[in-house]
Amino acid sequence: MTGTAAIEAAALGKRFGRRGGWALRDCAFRLPAGRVCAVVGPNGAGKSTLLALAAGLLAPSEGEITVLGGRPGAARERVSYVAQDKPLYPQLTVAETLRMGADLNTDRWDASVAERVVADGDLNPKSNIRALSGGQRTRVALALALAKRPELLLLDEPMADLDPLARHQMMGLLMAQAAESGTTIVMSSHVLAELEDSCDHLLLVDGGQVRIAGEIDELLAAHRRVSAPADTVLDAHTVVESRTTGRQLTALIRPLAPLAADWQTGTPTLEELVLSYLRNPQAPTTKTPETVA
Amino acid sequence: MVEYRIDRHSGVATYVQIVQQTKQALRLGMLEPGDKLPTAREVVEATAINPNTVLKAYRELEREGLVEARRGLGTFVRKGLSTTPADSPLRLELDDWAERAREAGLGRDDIAALFTAVLEKHFQGEPS
Repeated sequence: MTGTAAIEAAALGKRFGRRGGWALRDCAFRLPAGRVCAVVGPNGAGKSTLLALAAGLLAPSEGEITVLGGRPGAARERVSYVAQDKPLYPQLTVAETLRMGADLNTDRWDASVAERVVADGDLNPKSNIRALSGGQRTRVALALALAKRPELLLLDEPMADLDPLARHQMMGLLMAQAAESGTTIVMSSHVLAELEDSCDHLLLVDGGQVRIAGEIDELLAAHRRVSAPADTVLDAHTVVESRTTGRQLTALIRPLAPLAADWQTGTPTLEELVLSYLRNPQAPTTKTPETVA
Repeated sequence: MVEYRIDRHSGVATYVQIVQQTKQALRLGMLEPGDKLPTAREVVEATAINPNTVLKAYRELEREGLVEARRGLGTFVRKGLSTTPADSPLRLELDDWAERAREAGLGRDDIAALFTAVLEKHFQGEPS
């Protein structure tokens, strides 16, 4: 293990109601500090539950989660969390909302950041939150989250309401924050393409489990896309997906031995990797060494 | 100063695009020794890519001896690749040639194919 962890989870599970199903179960992973992490997975996979657990807004039903070295609640001052529905007080104006942020975070608040994020969106400070569009509300919520100068920024579907230009702008702002302050950023989306260029780390959540955890470059390098004759045996490797069409077999594998020279191989794209795992629920979990809790 | 343009669909790794665009700027004389590259913060704010991608590109340029990182100050151009400034005779000749090719009825792709074929002939087997 190297460096400190922003989030660490062990045997983490969450169930809603005593008889409810498990939203998350047996989650174990470690997110090193300073990463920009994409949390991807289908709708209902458990992404929001995981983020709310990290924010300390939900308590685990079993197992534990550590944030910035302590209990999630204890680190609240150093964590910003923007929930999917961007909760804000509808009767306050934009300016009043920012003042509230300043008053609640006296030690950490950076008013210039908040004002800049809001001004970039041509928002009238005197507008009521109630009167704003979804995208404008997102902008105000992100202004609050960034001006707090958090060490860990948890964003649940942050870009869903934004038009492409605003999305690019906000993502640029987040990346600038990461570059300048080394902030750990965790953001979820079910649209992988939205996050691919901005994130260096991946958590794939599927069916309440963390199925992939690791540095994206490392994950891609650990897998190969293979085309070979249909009768090829792949037993020597970890097979994520394998399909036969006519005389040809195509597969996505994690090689555990040298590959035969006559196979055609290539490095998968991130999208190919994620889709292969999602199509094959029985495929083994993949975690790079630094992400093992 | 150089401004990077990231093409997500080019199939070229993002950090390689930054390396290539920096070299292109050096070749065209838009960057000269002593010039400062934009900071990682500036690049990521404009392009929304991950900061590590920029740092990886700058490390690669440093490894090739083209730039150097000065602690606390930024990354600076060490060596130009300025073999063909905008007004060099070679560039003017090529410009002239392209004009004639067009007049002769060749399209953009035809000209590119011809140019690539000639390059191939002269630099066979050398890495690009």
